Amino acid sequence: MAMDAQEIEQMIKQALPDASVDIQDLRGDGDHYAATVLSAAFEGKSRVQQHQMVYAALQGKMGGQLHALALQTGLPE
Amino acid sequence: MENIVYTRIKEDINNNDVVLYMKGTAAFPMCGFSAAAVQVLSQLGVTFKDVNVLEDNDIRQGIKDFANWPTIPQLYVKGEFVGGCDIIREMYETGELHDLLREKQVSFEEAA
Repeated sequence: MAMDAQEIEQMIKQALPDASVDIQDLRGDGDHYAATVLSAAFEGKSRVQQHQMVYAALQGKMGGQLHALALQTGLPE
Repeated sequence: MENIVYTRIKEDINNNDVVLYMKGTAAFPMCGFSAAAVQVLSQLGVTFKDVNVLEDNDIRQGIKDFANWPTIPQLYVKGEFVGGCDIIREMYETGELHDLLREKQVSFEEAA
């Protein structure tokens, strides 16, 4: 029950094609990651909405197969 | 007929200014993320109601559907979903949490 960083990145990019995704594996167990996702699609969205967009991209894996994903979201620099 | 779990959730978040749905209790958090959320609220000196989702599977799943948010902890201020652990910490660090509490007239220690 785990995911690898490439799979997470690929799912996010499928839903947010312009996104830049930087993932760190916090514990090396495939279950605890930190990710910074920057995308123009977040424009005008609250933090909660931005995170919900990333969770939606992960199609229900968040909280199940993926136990922890510390998220930082924002607009591209 | 509204989902009874939603009714219970609405009662909790409307009858208490600040509610934290968490794993464990404020005194004994059972997960690092829940503990971090409790720490932020304690540092701010905010009184809050802690709801231990580990003791109630209906609430544990119901709250995720209610907020369309897949993880625990979840913070509610004056009936509104504020965020999970990351957002609580980020808002605390940027001062946005202080602004929100002031705006919603929830008392806390200004110096924190």
